[in-house]
Amino acid sequence: MSFRILGTGSGLPSLCKTNDDLAKIMDTDDEWIRTRTGIEERRICGEETITDLAELAAKRALEDSGVTAEELDLIICATLSGDYITPSMACVLQARIGAKCPAFDLNAACTGFLYAMDVATGYFARNPKMKILIVAAEAISKLVDWRERNTSVIFADGAGAVVLGEGEDLLAIRLTAKGNTHALAAPNVSGNCPFRKESELEPFLQMDGKEVFRFAVSSMCRDIKTVMKLAGVTGEEIDYVLPHQANMRILDSAIGRLDIDGEKFLTNINCRGNTSAAAVPLLLDEVNKAGTLKKGNLLAMSSFGGGLTTGACILRWSK
Amino acid sequence: MTTFEKVANILVDAKDCEADKIKMESTWAELELDSLDTVELVMNLEDEFSISLEMNEDMKTVGDVVKAIDAALE
Repeated sequence: MSFRILGTGSGLPSLCKTNDDLAKIMDTDDEWIRTRTGIEERRICGEETITDLAELAAKRALEDSGVTAEELDLIICATLSGDYITPSMACVLQARIGAKCPAFDLNAACTGFLYAMDVATGYFARNPKMKILIVAAEAISKLVDWRERNTSVIFADGAGAVVLGEGEDLLAIRLTAKGNTHALAAPNVSGNCPFRKESELEPFLQMDGKEVFRFAVSSMCRDIKTVMKLAGVTGEEIDYVLPHQANMRILDSAIGRLDIDGEKFLTNINCRGNTSAAAVPLLLDEVNKAGTLKKGNLLAMSSFGGGLTTGACILRWSK
Repeated sequence: MTTFEKVANILVDAKDCEADKIKMESTWAELELDSLDTVELVMNLEDEFSISLEMNEDMKTVGDVVKAIDAALE
């Protein structure tokens, strides 16, 4: 009992910043960024809010699926960078698109989209006739310290969405979590309560790049192997892998350790950067709209991020 | 094969280092490895020697890594 993907959508900010643009405001250069991350340019929210991008992605996914907002039974937003702590991004989005269904946010950092698909599977088990909208939208540019090049050159903004309906296309999914507050963390607002000391946490996203690299490569390899085994498929049978677009170096290292042809790994990190939870559905929409995916293709998805969380799945593409 | 020879082979195979440039006293910078390369090297060494290694700031040369592997193997 799972679901099928009826349609995809994405939303990107109009503002595009190249590595050369960043070199003008911090101590870095194009070659430094390219060789360490594989990123050439990224989109950053300038005029738009992250809610605007979520709305755009949602509307495009609804259009692609032929489902109306009124028909939706549930909206899940995977995000940690919405415009409000409350209301949730999902509630704001519900009003924007004119839906009437329950709506909530889910925070599993960069793995949020995989977690949301797993949550959706539970709803489909209860009622296979549902229509569920998942939107993963992140504006990590709001969280990074723009004086610190190790994170500000990597993270970017964007949104990806899928509409799910009745089907049996999710063949296997596996999620993990291992609580850790030092490898990758961003503190919440601390307010101005007069009865305690001010928070000593820097109000920015902090990342231990070396620890995250090691965690990312090993978990991606472990998770993809696990879901292939659960689904009973081989590396040869996988048509495409849609990995989290975290860092090209992580992908290259994982590709070298997996028994799947490296050409099957789809990437857009060169022009999108790391958009956290949005990365996988954003890539899915781009390859869907480009006509890369064919009906019956077997897809592997894998993500990892703050938490530390990880997730992977095997999905049949039947659109 | 000595630990040094195995480490040198991994540096050649995985990191495209030139074999004749790899010495016990070679630093990562001399071998043109950045911080992520050293993390990947440690992962490769752990697989090769079936040990658990922690790359720390004191491990600056090939020789430092060779000594850490030999200590882990004892």
